Amino acid sequence: MTRPAAGPRGDAPRDTGEPDTGELLQVDGVSLWLSGRKILDDVSFSLGPGEFAGLIGSNGAGKTTLLRVILGLQAPSAGTVRIAGQPRTRRGSLIGYVPQKILLDPDMPLRARDLVSLGLDGQRLGIPLPSARRRRLVDEMLQAVGADRFGDTRVGLLSGGEQQRVLIAHALISRPRLLLLDEPLANLDIASEQDVVELLGRVAREQQIAVLISAHDMNPLLPFMDRIVYMAAGRAASGTTAEVVRPEVLSSLYGQHVDVIRVHDRILVVAGRGAGLAAVEAAPAAAPLPGHADLPPAHLAEGA
Amino acid sequence: MFTGFMTNAWLVGTIVAIVAGVVGFFIVLRGSAFVADAVPQGAFAGAAGASLIGINTLIGLAAAALLGALGIGWLSRRGRRDVATALALVVLLGLGALFLSFSTEYAPEIYALLFGEVLGVSTSEVLPIAVLAAVSVAAIAALYRPLLLSSVMPELAEARGVRPARVEMLFLVVVALATSMTLPVVGALLIFSLMIGPPAAARSVTSKPLPAVALSAAIAVVVVWASIAAAYDTNWPVGFFVGAFGAVCYAAGRGWAALRGRQPARPGGWRGAGEHEVPAANVRV
Amino acid sequence: MLHAIFEPGFFSSGPVHVALAAGGVVALVSGIVGSFTVIRGQSYAGHALADISVTGGSASFLVGISPLWGFVGVGVLAAGVMDMIGIQRPRGRDLATGIVRGAGLGLAALFLYWDTTHSDVTGATITILFGSLFTISSSILPAIVGLSVAAVAIVAVLYRPLLLSTVAADLAAARGIRVRLVGLACLVAIALAVSLSAMTIGTILSTALLIGPAAIGLRLSSRPGLAMAWAAAAGLAATWLGVLLAYDSFYWPPAQHGWPVSFFVVTLIFLGYVAVQGITTRVRRG
Repeated sequence: MTRPAAGPRGDAPRDTGEPDTGELLQVDGVSLWLSGRKILDDVSFSLGPGEFAGLIGSNGAGKTTLLRVILGLQAPSAGTVRIAGQPRTRRGSLIGYVPQKILLDPDMPLRARDLVSLGLDGQRLGIPLPSARRRRLVDEMLQAVGADRFGDTRVGLLSGGEQQRVLIAHALISRPRLLLLDEPLANLDIASEQDVVELLGRVAREQQIAVLISAHDMNPLLPFMDRIVYMAAGRAASGTTAEVVRPEVLSSLYGQHVDVIRVHDRILVVAGRGAGLAAVEAAPAAAPLPGHADLPPAHLAEGA
Repeated sequence: MFTGFMTNAWLVGTIVAIVAGVVGFFIVLRGSAFVADAVPQGAFAGAAGASLIGINTLIGLAAAALLGALGIGWLSRRGRRDVATALALVVLLGLGALFLSFSTEYAPEIYALLFGEVLGVSTSEVLPIAVLAAVSVAAIAALYRPLLLSSVMPELAEARGVRPARVEMLFLVVVALATSMTLPVVGALLIFSLMIGPPAAARSVTSKPLPAVALSAAIAVVVVWASIAAAYDTNWPVGFFVGAFGAVCYAAGRGWAALRGRQPARPGGWRGAGEHEVPAANVRV
Repeated sequence: MLHAIFEPGFFSSGPVHVALAAGGVVALVSGIVGSFTVIRGQSYAGHALADISVTGGSASFLVGISPLWGFVGVGVLAAGVMDMIGIQRPRGRDLATGIVRGAGLGLAALFLYWDTTHSDVTGATITILFGSLFTISSSILPAIVGLSVAAVAIVAVLYRPLLLSTVAADLAAARGIRVRLVGLACLVAIALAVSLSAMTIGTILSTALLIGPAAIGLRLSSRPGLAMAWAAAAGLAATWLGVLLAYDSFYWPPAQHGWPVSFFVVTLIFLGYVAVQGITTRVRRG
């Protein structure tokens, strides 16, 4: 299913009328209804190798659901997801996933290196035979994420940030083409935020992996972000920060007046004050969302 | 005590212990102690029913254990796991009570099935028990990686194409198999002590998964040997010693962990404690 | 027609009266206390306490005291031990419960063994494990009622702190509620309730009446008070209907001594749970 990409969809203009086979991740018109509610509303964006994208939105915007659709854990009601040109049904080891989870059991008999080792083939039957090659791969990966110090420590004894490093190693060791992270910055202090974003940016560039990070605050990602997918109430706008993070775009996304404030190199998105109905009508809702050029902007406020 | 009728007890006891240790490792890992407890109790009802109809008790055990395990799995899909376990358990026990009320001679056999009887293993039962044991261990070995991953972090397993719900059902079936064959020596009420005490101790001692499984089995074997010997000497029920030694294992494990001064995971930075710590603003445990 | 449902002599039978009274009281208490058990995720503990109180029952035969105090005493003691080794923390809670239960049952095995070898109590095993509603003497009814009132009183007095510390422990602690102590009190109430029911109707029914009706009530209503009311009502209905069916079954095949009460009550509760599950799931799907 191809969409004529008339609006800006990233840095480089794309050919129209041709399937984007060069893209690693292609989300096309994905919608999802659950229990009578529209969770995802016609979400479209794409991601190429080496690109670092932020999936930004507040809680309840649909970020985790979208990640689950991309992972193939949830079938969309409409639309398609393609990984490296293949439809969603073929999973394989193309996607690495880092969930937002912390293990709290200090007695669990699993070391960091064991969890990373499971990243190689954790879904295969049988018992893994220890081999020098496997050990070397695990060591390399631990080193790459800076977790070699605690490679032999029980996972349950590591701090949240340390566990996250291990989970990233677990995801990367099978050499995925696409890496998804669910709110990796949520529980980290500021220094650690920078650490993980830097690591992921490096990984994206060096391995030519497409990285998609969900977060509710885009600011820590700004230095490395090539693309932003901004979600609100199940709808999404994608493009560069300059294209997407604008009052007009975000206002039509939220369905109410929204201001964008830049302070130094930080961006703040705030809900408009006192404008009410007048602002919604006054806001140029006629402006198409980036990535949705051919969509009539009418039915915006409904849904959710 | 090593000759004649006792040979069977030692042999079967060892087999039972190995299976209990291996399966129990995952039961403890998954926090399914209640399930491990409930399935054998339900299986007891099957044994009662089997003896009523006159078929091999082992078959009745296995059938009821499977029914219980699958019932727990089915009910857990719609409701809470612990409620599902409790209900499946009591239904099977209620059936057991019903069957028992029909038969006339039951008191001594019931006692043996519940609490274990060292001398209660006949030679004809050794082979089927060994076969069931081999099947159970083989199943665990085959499921090892997906089971480990989905027990530790189901999200990771899901992302790799493993379906945690399916793995859970398969594991429950293995638990059913394993428990149905361990009843004769140790008894329904106490087999789970064997399934959770030794693994709890093993996991405290070693941090590597595969060695922990092996150690689990080894400790279970020691517990069973000690229990059989003690039961033979004192004539007290085997189950008592299994329960007691199981508790000792657990306590030893806890003690060892405390001695090593293990602190639970703390939230926060990538650098961990000891390096420059920036207090996290939005720490969630 | 009425004759077909209520076999002759039902309403005039002495044991039936006691059964209805004792069973009714136990069902009500279990429903109320059980609601908290399920909410707190302590179903396993409830089940374990029932079995452990059996240890007390078998010890009582040895020591010669009334089984009631054996059951209740050991049950409360076990609750204390569980609390001590940290059952209130969610992690490792089931493990600790299981170990205590295993040890307790091992002791029960020992006591029962001594019982049967040192005294002539035949069928003691069965009586203790399965109980029999029809063979309770009416003399212990007052004690049952008294202890039941105590169990309900604990829960009633601690109702709000208990609810808060179950749902949001940190919030409760911040308000000055002694979360640990409140939890222990709840566990003691559970121990009281289940040891009573274990003694009167057996360990099977004890767990069934604790968990099943409570689960039904929680499905039917999200308001705690209403859920408890539903639970008590469901438990009562299942118990009385079970008594009736058990009485009727005296006339059924195969043996002329009737089917056990526990079977009927458990089956009724199970069917009720599945039915409620099915109905509410359908309603939720819309």
